[in-house]
Amino acid sequence: MDLVETYREELRFVRKPIPRALLLLLLLALLLLPWWGPRAWLSRGSLVWLFAIGVIGQNLLIGYAGLVSFGQAGFLAVGAYTFGHLRIAGVPFPLALAAAGGAAGLVGWLVGFPSLRLKGPYLAIATLGFGTATYQIFANVEKLSGGRQGLGIPALEPLFGLSRDVYVYLVYYLIFLLFTGAAYNLVSSYVGRSLVAVRDSDIAAEAMGVNLTRTKLLAFGISSFYTGVHGALMAQYLGHLEPQSFNIAESLNFFVAVIVGGLASVEGSVMGAAFTVLVPALFGDFRWAVPVLFGAAILGVLIFEPLGLSGIWLKARLYFRMWPFR
Amino acid sequence: MGAGLLEVQHLALRFGGITALAGVDLSIAEGETLAVIGPNGSGKTSLMNCITGLYRPTAGSIRLRGESLLGLSPDAVTARGVARTFQNLRLFQHMTVLDNLLLGRHLHFRRRLVDAFVRRRGEEIRHRERCEEIIEFLDLEPWRDQRVVGCAYGVQKRVELGRALCTEPKLLLLDEPVSGLTAEEKEEVSYWIHEARGRFGVTVLLVEHDLRVAARLASRMVVMDRGEKLTEGPPAEVQKHPGVVRAYLGDQ
Ligand SMILES: Nc1ncnc2c1ncn2[C@@H]1O[C@H](COP(=O)(O)OP(=O)(O)OP(=O)(O)O)[C@@H](O)[C@H]1O
Ligand SMILES: [Mg+2]
Repeated sequence: MDLVETYREELRFVRKPIPRALLLLLLLALLLLPWWGPRAWLSRGSLVWLFAIGVIGQNLLIGYAGLVSFGQAGFLAVGAYTFGHLRIAGVPFPLALAAAGGAAGLVGWLVGFPSLRLKGPYLAIATLGFGTATYQIFANVEKLSGGRQGLGIPALEPLFGLSRDVYVYLVYYLIFLLFTGAAYNLVSSYVGRSLVAVRDSDIAAEAMGVNLTRTKLLAFGISSFYTGVHGALMAQYLGHLEPQSFNIAESLNFFVAVIVGGLASVEGSVMGAAFTVLVPALFGDFRWAVPVLFGAAILGVLIFEPLGLSGIWLKARLYFRMWPFR
Repeated sequence: MGAGLLEVQHLALRFGGITALAGVDLSIAEGETLAVIGPNGSGKTSLMNCITGLYRPTAGSIRLRGESLLGLSPDAVTARGVARTFQNLRLFQHMTVLDNLLLGRHLHFRRRLVDAFVRRRGEEIRHRERCEEIIEFLDLEPWRDQRVVGCAYGVQKRVELGRALCTEPKLLLLDEPVSGLTAEEKEEVSYWIHEARGRFGVTVLLVEHDLRVAARLASRMVVMDRGEKLTEGPPAEVQKHPGVVRAYLGDQ
């Protein structure tokens, strides 16, 4: 029996008890991974969590608001270097993280201005220009990039007597949960609705009282905040920054993750991030084949399942909801 | 003439060499229904686009309760109490019917970003109740949770009317609300437009090709031709005007 009695009930995150229990179980299992999984999974896991945050950010922009950006590596760099310099100056981890998000968000908000005039491919080219320019700046200004030897970032000191990799995994997982939860809340709120409205018909959105300027800039700001946090977590994870980590190929990785995971889906973003991080790891000596696989995956998604992994997941859930009927 | 709800004076609009509007005067009194008719390309939609801020008129003035609407962006015009539907539907295709209606409530939300991030949904529930009223009014219950793309054309037309009503407009602009509908659906929509005036207290500016529907709903008609106002008056008189006869029945 599935009866909804109040509007509030309909707005709950997970409405039915069994899926809620399953979800809690899954989240708990992932939290306890250090105590049941192999050691090697910890660093992989941390990488998935941090990447997922950036992919969610990218998806908010392209999937929800329909604004294409090829400049993600630029926001990533702003976040990573802000974080790096602050950490070196002795700023504690959480503060540096927030500042990295804020700096990237601010830059994103500024980069959003062309989006008020440009659409589709033109916006893509403008943001690509931003990404390339940022890369050039970090590659050429030694004060920012730390010169030849790059920027070394002080490691995270583990607390509670945990070993470092366990501690990092747990911290990253909790930050991931925070940002994913916030994203779910956002997309199901009036903000998410106005983003999708702008994507589906900007003229109608405006006619409904949605301010296009504010909405598009907000989309860029929030999306880049997420990307900046991703950059910061990546900087902490690597312990070392070089401009090479922020070239165009990095921007493209976000695209692969968003398309394979599924446009306009938060869980799709997480699945896409897991795909782009974990699958190449299986290749071992055949790393050259990874771009080929990514290309094939994008083609496969576009041809067979436009909603990506999230589409497959949706169908699976529907199947079980109807079971044993089809 | 006493100051009406909407006063349009000498409105002109040119696109390069094309004159879409050539100095149109128009006035709508509070509570009235005014129909604008005219052949294809006579500037009816352009007039509506100028009022809602989508087009920038070349000359003239537009006032709502004495306040100029010129230079305002479309969302600012809507915030002042003007809502519209489009000639070729402009719905949010990938959203449900309910979400489309909730967007009509967008400007009444107390938009606080923090609330969105922490899932505080009091506003949502408050506005949901208004949407349900409109859903009940337009008999949209069976489609509430369906995506708009999957709905029949007649339903989509209805959703657009509902979405406009959700903004609680003082002035409702309808661009050919019954075009493409079956005879039965035309009846229904005419009824809803008529009812909406009483129930929600809206003043209606109606652009319509179907003369019968226009004549039945409107107390006054304006006839446009090539960007100019040909004539205006009560429907019965206007329909006898030689220019209207020529425009609708051809030269005979
Ligand atoms: N955006 C535009 N750019 C160029 N010309 C335009 C534009 N919009 C309208 N026009 C021109 O303005 C004139 C009036 O068009 P409009 O759409 O207002 O007519 P209409 O009365 O609504 O016609 P219909 O009954 O076919 O809807 C037409 O000649 C049209 O080609
Ligand atoms: Mg028209």
